Amino acid sequence: MTTSSERIGARAAKPGTPRGRVRRTPATWVKRGGLANLIFLLPLLLIFGMFSWWPIIDSFVISLQHTNFVVTTWADPFWSNFTFVLNDPTFWIAVRNTGYFALLALIFGYPLPIVLAVLMSEVKRAKAVFSVLAYLPVVIPPVVAVLLWKTAFYDAGRTGVFNTILGWFHIPPQPWIQDTVTAMPSLVLEATWAAAGGTIIIYLAALTNVAPELYDAAEVDGAGIWKKIWHVTLPQLRGILLITFILQIIGTAQVFNEPYLFTKGGPVQSTTTILLLIYQYAFQSSDGGSNLGAATALSLMLAAFLAILSALYFRATKGWSQN
Amino acid sequence: MTATPLVSPDEVALSQKPAQEVNGRLRRVSRRAAHEPSTDRGIVSTADWRRTRVRFPLVTLHLILLIVLIIAGLLPILWLLKSALTSTQDTLTAPLAIFPHGITWDNVAQAFGVNIQIQNYFLNTIWVAVGEWVVQIVVATTGGFALSVLKPKYGRFISGLVLATLFLPAVVLLIPLYLTILHPLVIGGSLLNTFWAVWLPSGASAFNVVLVMRFFDGLPREIFEAAETDGAGPFRLFWSIVLPMSKPIIGVVTVFAVINAWKDYLWPMLVLPGGVNPASVQPLSVRLPNIVGQTELGPLIASLAISTLIPIILFLIFQRTFLSGGGFGGAVKG
Repeated sequence: MTTSSERIGARAAKPGTPRGRVRRTPATWVKRGGLANLIFLLPLLLIFGMFSWWPIIDSFVISLQHTNFVVTTWADPFWSNFTFVLNDPTFWIAVRNTGYFALLALIFGYPLPIVLAVLMSEVKRAKAVFSVLAYLPVVIPPVVAVLLWKTAFYDAGRTGVFNTILGWFHIPPQPWIQDTVTAMPSLVLEATWAAAGGTIIIYLAALTNVAPELYDAAEVDGAGIWKKIWHVTLPQLRGILLITFILQIIGTAQVFNEPYLFTKGGPVQSTTTILLLIYQYAFQSSDGGSNLGAATALSLMLAAFLAILSALYFRATKGWSQN
Repeated sequence: MTATPLVSPDEVALSQKPAQEVNGRLRRVSRRAAHEPSTDRGIVSTADWRRTRVRFPLVTLHLILLIVLIIAGLLPILWLLKSALTSTQDTLTAPLAIFPHGITWDNVAQAFGVNIQIQNYFLNTIWVAVGEWVVQIVVATTGGFALSVLKPKYGRFISGLVLATLFLPAVVLLIPLYLTILHPLVIGGSLLNTFWAVWLPSGASAFNVVLVMRFFDGLPREIFEAAETDGAGPFRLFWSIVLPMSKPIIGVVTVFAVINAWKDYLWPMLVLPGGVNPASVQPLSVRLPNIVGQTELGPLIASLAISTLIPIILFLIFQRTFLSGGGFGGAVKG
C-alpha cells in the first residue's frame, strides 16, 4: 500500500542520487509532505498536549507539592501528600463507601441489563419500541435525573412520589436519602435506573451476532430454553460481559454526580465517595484553604488501583474470553 | 450436553400435530414456517414459538416486560411533563394525581421569569454544545486524516499516545486540568468562566479520534491514489475527497458531542462557577442544582422538563445512532 507521503517522496527523488535518496533539507521535507502532515496534526497535538498529555505529567508533579492556588512548595518528605491522605480517617470512610456503592451497583445493576436484553432479544414485534423505552432514562441529563429523584421521587414525606406508591401497598414511608442506612442504596437505585439502558443496547447488539445455527445445534442435542441460554447465549456474550463487568467497576469507583447532587456526601458521611473527597480536598477544605496536592495524590492512588485491578482482572480472565 | 427427556418427545409430537389436526389456521402457519430461514430465529426456535405452551408464557413475559419498561422509561418523563403543568401545591399533596385542578402554565412562566431565567442557561448550553462540537470535529477529522491517511513515520507513536489516554480514568486529569485552565501554558491569562474552558478540553477525546481513524481506514485507498495522480495535494484530498465521504462518521461524532455537552456536569461546574453573572456562561446542568434551594417545586420541575426536551428530541430523531451500540464509550462512562 502506498501512502501519499511516500508517493510524493518518490516523485521528489532525483534520479542521480544513490539508492534514490535525497539529502534531507527543509525544502525536501516540505515537498515530501512533512509540513502538510504537521499542519494536519497540529490541532490534535495542541489540544491533546495541553489538555491531556501535559496534565497527566503535571499530576505527578502536583502530587509532590503543597499547593493551594496561591503558594506552591515542594512536599517534604516528598510522599507527605500520600501519607496525609492515608492518615485521614475520612479517606477510609470514602473507600468503604465507594466499595459499598460499587458492590450494590454490581449486585443490582450488573445482572439486570443481561436479563432484560436476553428477554428483549426474543421480542418479535415492535422490538424498537422496547429499545427506545429502555434507553430513555439514559437520554435524560444526569443532573436533571438526580434532581427529579431528589426533590420529587425521594421526598421523604408521606406524599413523596415513591412513598405514595408504597402507601398503596400499606408500606410505611421511607426516609430514602435522608437516613444513613437507606441513603447509599437509594443512590444506587437511581444510578442503576439511569445506566441500565446503555448496557442493554450493548448486549442487544452482541445478541444479534449469536449464530442461529448454534441454537439449532443445541436443540438437536435436546437442550431446552434454560440450557440454550446457559450453554449458548451466555457463553457467546462472554467477551462483552467480561468487559462491561470491569468497566462498571471502573465507572462506579469514580462516581461523583449521585453522591454530590443527592446528599453532598451525607448524612454523616454515609455517602462520601472517593471522588467527593478529592473534590473536597481541592475545592472545599474544612480549613477554608485547598489542598491540591492531597487531591491529586488521591486521584493517582485511585487510578493506580484501577489500573492494577484491570491488569489482574484481564490476566485472570484471559482464558475465559476466548471461545 | 445431556438430552432432557422433556423436550425431544415434544418436538416429535409437534412434527406430527399439523397432520393430525385439520385446522386451517394451524396448517397455514406451519406452511409459512417451512419457508422461513432459520437465521430469523433467536433462543426460542420458530417451531417452539408456534406452540401455545411456549408462546403463551413468552408473550405474557414480554407484556410484563413492556409494562416494566413503560414504568421505568416513560412514566418518569411523563410525570415530569405533567408536574411541570401542575401547581406546586397539587404536586406536593397528591403527586400521582393527574391534573387535579387543571393545567397551569404558571411554572413554565416562572422558569422563564427573572428568578430562574431558564432561557439564558438554555442558550448557554447550546453555545457550549456548538463550540465543543466544532473543536471535536476539527481535532478528530484533521488528526484522523493525518494519522490514518497521510501516515507520517512518527504517526504510530502519536496514535499510541492518543490511545493510551483512552484507558486513563478521567479522575487523574481533574486537578491538573483545572490548573491548566487557571494558567494555560501558551495562551496566558485564565480561561475560568469562559466557554473556552469547556470547549478546548472536549477536543482531547481519544474516543472520537479512534472512531474517525477506524472510519478513514475503511475508505478505499484507490480513490486517494487517483486523486493524487490528478494532482490533488493533501489539503485538496482532505477537503474535497475525504470530508465529503465522512458524513456518516461526522454525524455520529456530532450526535454524541451534543448529547455529552448536555450531560456533562462535574467539569463545567468546576470551570464555570459563574462569578458575578452566572447567566452569561453557565449551562443548564451547572445552574439547575444551584436553584434547588431557592425555588418552589413547580417552577423547578418545569425547568427540569425544559432541560430534558432537546436531548429527548435528538434521541427520537437519531434513534439509530444511539441504539446501534456506537455509543459504547458514552454508554459505559456512567
